[in-house]
Amino acid sequence: MGAIFRREMGAFFSSAIAYIFLGVFFEIAGFFFVNSTLAYGTTDLSGTFGSVFLFLIFLIPLMTMKLFSEEKRQKTEQGLLTAPVTITEIVLGKYFAALALYTIGISIFLVFALIIEFFGGVVWATVLSNYVALFFLGAAFIAVSLFVSTLTENQIISAILGFLSLLILYLMDSIAGAIKIEFIANILKTLSFYSRYNEFVTGLFNLSSVLFFVSVAVVFNFLSVRVFEKRRWS
Amino acid sequence: MIEVKNLCKHYGDKKAVNDISFEVHDGEILGFLGPNGAGKSTTMNMITGYISSTSGKAVINGVDIMENPKKAKSYIGYLPEIPPIYADMTVIGYLNFVYDLKKCKLPRSKHLQDVCDLVKITDVKDRIIKNLSKGYKQRVGIAQALINNPPVLILDEPTVGLDPKQIIEIRSLIKRLGKNHTVILSSHILSEIQAVCDRIVIINKGTLAADGTADDLANSMSNDHKMIAQIEGPREAVYKAVRAIPDVVSVVADMQRGENIYDYEIEAKPGVDIRKPLNKVIMDKGWYLLMLQPNMLTLEDVFLKIITGEHEMKHALSEQNEKNVADIVDAARKTDAAAEELRTVLEGIEKEKKAKAAAEAEASESEKAEENAEGGETEEKGDAE
Repeated sequence: MGAIFRREMGAFFSSAIAYIFLGVFFEIAGFFFVNSTLAYGTTDLSGTFGSVFLFLIFLIPLMTMKLFSEEKRQKTEQGLLTAPVTITEIVLGKYFAALALYTIGISIFLVFALIIEFFGGVVWATVLSNYVALFFLGAAFIAVSLFVSTLTENQIISAILGFLSLLILYLMDSIAGAIKIEFIANILKTLSFYSRYNEFVTGLFNLSSVLFFVSVAVVFNFLSVRVFEKRRWS
Repeated sequence: MIEVKNLCKHYGDKKAVNDISFEVHDGEILGFLGPNGAGKSTTMNMITGYISSTSGKAVINGVDIMENPKKAKSYIGYLPEIPPIYADMTVIGYLNFVYDLKKCKLPRSKHLQDVCDLVKITDVKDRIIKNLSKGYKQRVGIAQALINNPPVLILDEPTVGLDPKQIIEIRSLIKRLGKNHTVILSSHILSEIQAVCDRIVIINKGTLAADGTADDLANSMSNDHKMIAQIEGPREAVYKAVRAIPDVVSVVADMQRGENIYDYEIEAKPGVDIRKPLNKVIMDKGWYLLMLQPNMLTLEDVFLKIITGEHEMKHALSEQNEKNVADIVDAARKTDAAAEELRTVLEGIEKEKKAKAAAEAEASESEKAEENAEGGETEEKGDAE
C-alpha cells in the first residue's frame, strides 16, 4: 500500500494535476475568504467553508479521474494485480494518495484562520469542527469519484461521470423535495450531503454525520475493490 | 515448480482456454507456443493471478494462486504482453516503486544496480520512460520482473519490438536466467523457442496440442520412417527394385533432378533400417545413389502441422485409407470365394454334363450294339436261310 501511495503522490506532483488542483482550490478558497470573511470585517470563517462545497464537486473528479482509468488504459494495472499485494491495498493506496493531496488543499483554511487570528480572535472550536467536516466530506467524495474511475478507461468520461455523481449527491435535497412519496423523500433527505455539511458550517458538530461520511467512503472503496474482483472473474 | 491442472477460462460460450495441464520443473525453460489468439496470454494471466480461471488450478512452488494469491504472486516475476511501466516515471524511479511494491528485502541500491546491469539499462536509468525506445521499454519490463529475484519468471513475448541484436542479447539473458530460475516463455517465433527452451508446449484454439522437447515433437510428428533418396537409374526399374526390398512400404518417385535422376520418397516399416539393403540393390544394378536423407520435420513443420490440424487429418486419412484397403481386400477375398464357389458349381455342372454325355454315349452305343446284335441275328438268320 505504501508503495502505491508514494507512487501516486509522486505522479500527482510530477504531472500538472497537483498544481492545477491546489492552484484552483487556493484561488477559489481565497476568493471566498476575501468576499465572505474579510469584506465583512468578521472573524467568522463559516461563509468561506460553506461556499467551497460546490467547487469540490468539480475539483475532486479532476483529481481522481486518472487514478484507475489510466492504469487500465496503459495496462499498468496488470503489474499491480500480479504483484504480491491485495486489491484492497491497491485501492486504499490510491485513495489515501488522493486524500493526502486533498488535505494539503484544505489546509489553506487553517492558514486563513491563522491570518484572522493575527487581527482578532478566532473561535477555534468552530474552525476545527468545520475543518473536520470538510475533511470527511472530501473523504466521502473522493471514494465516490475514485469508484467511478474504476468503471472506465477514459479519463474524460471518468471526470464527467464523477462530476455527475457528486452533483446528484449535492442536489439530493432538491430531489427529495420534488418527490411526493414521503417515505422515499425522507430516505433521500437522510442521505443529503449538503444539509449534513451545513450543520457543521452553522457550528454544530454532529458525530453521526462524521460517521455517515466515513461509511460512504468505506462503502465506495469496497465497491471499487469489487469492481476489480469482478473483472478478474468475468 | 509450476503445476497447471485442467485450467479452463470461458467467456460466455467462448472457450478461451480449455482444459490445459502441464508442469514446469525447477530450472527448466518452457516455451509456450501458439498462433495469435490461441490462449497463450490468457493462460499466463491465469497462472500469474491476473485473471481467475473458470475451473482448474495453477500451483506455484506448492502454493495455489487462487487460494493464497499474495504468497504465490511473490514467487513470480511477470512480464505481460504490454510491459506495465508508467510512462511518466524515470526508469530508476519506476524500479524503486516495483521494489517497494514487491516488498523486496534485498539491499536496495545494489539489487537495483544488478538488475539494471543484467538487462543493460544502466545508461538510461535516469530518463523518463516515455522517451525511451520500444526496445528499452521492453527491457525495463524485464527488469521489473527480475526485481526481488523471484524463482519463477513468466515472460509473455519478451523479444517483441527488439532489433535483431537486442533479440540475441535477450535470448542469451533468458538462457542465463534459466540456470537459476524456472522460466515460462511465450512466443510465436519458433526459432526463438527452439534456441532458448528445454521443453515446448504448443497450444492451439485454447487446448494443449503438444508437449515435449523440440526433437520429441519432430520425431513424433515426422511420419515417420521416410527418407528421400536421389538415385540415378531408369525410373521404372529403380522403382521396381526398391519396392522389392523387404520392409519397404511405399516408394514414390517425386521429382526429376536430371536425366535419369529422380528423388524417391521411400517409406519403410517402423523401426527398420533399409539404408543398407537399398545401397546394395543400387550397387548390384550398377546405378548410383546420389543422396540419402531422412525426411525429418523442422519445428516449423511440426508447428504448422499441429496448428492446421494436418497431423490429425493425415492420421485420419491414413486410417481411412487402411480401412478402404481392408475393405477392398475383403471384397476381393469374397469375390475370390464366390468365384471359387462358382467354379466348383460350374465344374460340377460340367462333370454332370460329361457324365450325362458319357451315359448317353454309352446308352447309344449299347443300343447300336443291340441293333447290331439284332442285325447280326437277322444276318445270321438270313445266313441260315
